[in-house]
Amino acid sequence: MAILGAINPMLSLGLDGDNAWRLADYVKRGGYSALKRILAEKMPQEQVINEVKKSVLRGRGGAGFPTGLKWSFMPRSFPGEKYVVCNSDEGEPGTFKDRDILRYNPHSVIEGMAIAAYAMSATRGYNYIHGEVWEIYTRFEEALDEARAAGLLGENILGSGFNFDLFAHHGYGAYICGEETALLESIEGKKGQPRFKPPFPASFGLYGKPTTINNTETFGSIPFIMSLGGEHFLEAGKENNGGTKLFSVSGHVNKPGNYEIPLGTPFSTLLEMAGGMRGGRKLKGCIPGGSSSPVVPGEIMMGCTMDYDSIAKAGSMLGSGAVIIMDESTCMVKALERLSFFYYEESCGQCTPCREGTNWLYKVVHRIENGQGRPDDLDLLASVTANIMGRTICALGDAASMPVQSFIKHYRDEFAYHIEHKKCLVPLEVQRAGSGFFKATV
Amino acid sequence: MLTPDSLKRIDREIAKYPADQKQSAVMAALAIAQEELGWLSSEAIEFIAGYLGMPPIAAYEVASFYNMYDLKPVGKYKLTVCTNLPCMLTGGVDAGEYLKKKLGIGYNETTTDGRITLKEGECMGACGDAPVMIVNNRRMCSWMNPEQIDKLLAELE
Repeated sequence: MAILGAINPMLSLGLDGDNAWRLADYVKRGGYSALKRILAEKMPQEQVINEVKKSVLRGRGGAGFPTGLKWSFMPRSFPGEKYVVCNSDEGEPGTFKDRDILRYNPHSVIEGMAIAAYAMSATRGYNYIHGEVWEIYTRFEEALDEARAAGLLGENILGSGFNFDLFAHHGYGAYICGEETALLESIEGKKGQPRFKPPFPASFGLYGKPTTINNTETFGSIPFIMSLGGEHFLEAGKENNGGTKLFSVSGHVNKPGNYEIPLGTPFSTLLEMAGGMRGGRKLKGCIPGGSSSPVVPGEIMMGCTMDYDSIAKAGSMLGSGAVIIMDESTCMVKALERLSFFYYEESCGQCTPCREGTNWLYKVVHRIENGQGRPDDLDLLASVTANIMGRTICALGDAASMPVQSFIKHYRDEFAYHIEHKKCLVPLEVQRAGSGFFKATV
Repeated sequence: MLTPDSLKRIDREIAKYPADQKQSAVMAALAIAQEELGWLSSEAIEFIAGYLGMPPIAAYEVASFYNMYDLKPVGKYKLTVCTNLPCMLTGGVDAGEYLKKKLGIGYNETTTDGRITLKEGECMGACGDAPVMIVNNRRMCSWMNPEQIDKLLAELE
């Protein structure tokens, strides 16, 4: 896969699949010039952070928190070690953009992290890379070696007196480690169980030291902000939603893949770029920001633009920009059953409402899907989600509940049909044809 | 218990972390041990714990928490199929069923000749390539339609 299309791209500009990821290629594209300028001018840290604030870059990992503001929370003058950590533990179903960034433009992330470290007085960083993408981890390590050899990482970078070294940490299969404090626990060599907050990582992070954690795409955007200027970056998107963003489009489209578009681009344009609906079928529903974001019915989605505010208005979240497209061949009960199984499987087990609740959610949706649903099951599901939400240390419990609530809200008839008739509303052969798997042989 | 080459790789991982934080290398060390030994026995986990100077139970906690560690023997090739929603929409579940039929085994089972263990996996972060599967935690295979699966199986001798 690759980045298949773009409108006014930054991160994906000039990339050429596997042929342009090396240091020399990145430098040719203007790479490391922002870091070099900052070091040469001894730019005040405050100025770097202000530029990021001006860009209105919002965290690309899912939460959409303003990056510049996050950076300003770091106690820069606090003596002792401070860390910057990159969250490349990309395991949110539907999301696969960070994989392509690390594969095709790894140096943008390295430069972004070095600039972040400079701005926050950190001298060490880690990039936590999702377990299942071993080839990406080895590529990133190779990129680190290149940067080190060129004096762009390590002691006294480019003779500036600024020290920063960066290492890659390979995950090994735990969705929960995408939660930032679970990720820190995991780097410390423990089970990935989220920490109770406060204290937040900016005061008590990795090894108990001040730490800032940002997503891969967030760090990758920093060099562009510093080169083009924060205002220019903001203008590339729309008000309160600065910049372009990568969207991972998966499911029932003709050309699943990554697309970089300005925030605020109409959803219909993105759908068109992704080749339109497979088989010309109708859009039934769309999960616009990764599996944890509430599903949006097709007709509402067609009226949205792809930015944090528009998707929030439609009752969902832009999240990580993972757009899961479901056409009319999809059984919504089966779709929810699979998601509920995922959250049950990935709950870390620390908080009772999530550990027990996700099990109940899966069990009840499973029995509806398998013709054993009971008349009051939809109320039972609503009650379980209400008892999970807001009662856990991290957001996984909420993430497990929101799909259940939104699927039942928008497709209640389909769930009711399942319970009453003990079978799918969408005939099995239609579902099978929708996946397209057997077209090669049948 | 491990070859000098594996120990060298573990040492390289240890060097990434502050000198008093050797435990940070436990995930990588367990993965390297599994790569060499095929799976993680209690002895292997204890060895890694000893090597890093951490309590064996702490290493066991890590080995049992993360999905990609195998605490029981697996076949020569472990094939993990993603069946999560985005993959499912493009045939991930069908790919799993196709493999079960071809191999005559279910998930978490191994072929009688000890060649292939089949596992159902969670999101691998490659949904645009669906259906996807991973061989031995390392090699990701994309766009696995029936033809591609047949090719892969023929290769995994």
